[in-house]
Amino acid sequence: MKRKHEERRPLRTAYRVMSVAVFLTLITVLLLVVSWLAQFGGGENPAENEVYKRYVESGTSEGGAVNTVADMILDYRAFDTLGESNVLFTAACIVLILLRADKDPKDGRLLIPELQAEPLHGKKDSILRGTARILLPAGLLFGICIVLNGHLSAGGGFSGGAVIGAALILFAMAYGPEKLEKTLNRKTWSWLVWSALLVYTLLKTYSFYTGANGIESIIPLGEPGRILSGGMILPLNICVGIVVACTMYAFYALFSKGGIGSGGK
Amino acid sequence: MTVAVGLLLGLLVICALAVSIIKDPVAAVLVQLGFSTVMAVIWLILESPDLAVTEAAVGTGVTGVLFFFAFRRIGLIGGKGEKKE
Amino acid sequence: MVGSNLRSNNFMVAAVIIFGIGFTMLFLNRNLVKKIIGFNFMDSGIFLFLASNGYIEDRISPIIQGGEASVANYINPIPAGLVLTGIVVSVSVTAVLLALTVRLYLRYHTLELDEIIAKARTEDEQ
Repeated sequence: MKRKHEERRPLRTAYRVMSVAVFLTLITVLLLVVSWLAQFGGGENPAENEVYKRYVESGTSEGGAVNTVADMILDYRAFDTLGESNVLFTAACIVLILLRADKDPKDGRLLIPELQAEPLHGKKDSILRGTARILLPAGLLFGICIVLNGHLSAGGGFSGGAVIGAALILFAMAYGPEKLEKTLNRKTWSWLVWSALLVYTLLKTYSFYTGANGIESIIPLGEPGRILSGGMILPLNICVGIVVACTMYAFYALFSKGGIGSGGK
Repeated sequence: MTVAVGLLLGLLVICALAVSIIKDPVAAVLVQLGFSTVMAVIWLILESPDLAVTEAAVGTGVTGVLFFFAFRRIGLIGGKGEKKE
Repeated sequence: MVGSNLRSNNFMVAAVIIFGIGFTMLFLNRNLVKKIIGFNFMDSGIFLFLASNGYIEDRISPIIQGGEASVANYINPIPAGLVLTGIVVSVSVTAVLLALTVRLYLRYHTLELDEIIAKARTEDEQ
């Protein structure tokens, strides 16, 4: 055992030296390429072409949103956002497969085999409850405001959904997850997530159908600058926000207690 | 290249170097969350408020939640009698 | 051999260095959590490189104000949209890798990759 350890010493040093050499070679080659790229901030770069002109000039009249980036990801390139929501949902499914705990056959509770840390759910902690009493309503309102304002200013479904998910986790940690899971039990959670993805797919299928066959779509665009404008961008933002918030809550539940419970008895 | 932008980019590179030197995983995750926060400020300098909000909420918030709950499940923090491996 | 724009492309230089550091963290660290952080750094470096291609001097962020929608006032929104998708995908990959790490720890009770491989090899031989 000791001889193997000593034989491994020069190999390990050689491995480290070669890693640093690979690092230096990689950075040198990439820096040479960067020095030949177009100048940062120039107006005549190859990246600034006619697609950019079309998105900025006709974004408000064709998409209806004032925020050009929201217009782009939810109207012109909405298929990419559907793929991204699916990636988030797939990650939640993989974590579910890996970390879900078995159910007790008698009463359906979740058994966690090896919980290495102190359980922290529902302990009557006055600091946590006092903070949650102030932060929870503000956090939920702020998250809903970010989601609804996605097409008017910075924001959108992803960041708003993350804030709503964080507020749900704070509630579960301060008051105990059983209280939250009376409403948000496993059936409700899966129903919410797959129906949000299904509504997104159906809305965009309608959009593909009318675009491919040259039919005018019947969804009104509204007046840019108001909340109820932008055609389908507002419902799509809400769907994405629901998916992100539910995925965040599922990550918390799976990592800390092995799954979302089945609700009250 | 103004001095403020240069300082922020230098801070990014220093955070990245520091994480590769730190041995404790919990401390490395904390420096990584600081890196994400500086990155959110740089998105504002590049005039993209959507990216700044998303990086701050998703990159810092969700990543932090994931790492810390994984550490609790393993027992690196909050453990019963400090079961460290 | 060296082009002329190295000093003005400072965002891209920092992005390339961060990518290189993240890539080397995969080689040099044996702890699984540090390798996951290395993946995160590689992703962040690529996003900084992509989004700095959309910036144009003296123009503001692409939220159209005042009804004047001409191209001479706003930066390019396309790289920002691509990076938005990328940030969410990066978080999803981190979640999956952390779930795998938790399962590996609960099975082998260590976070160092060398020890996991050695223990798995001795179990295979038995």
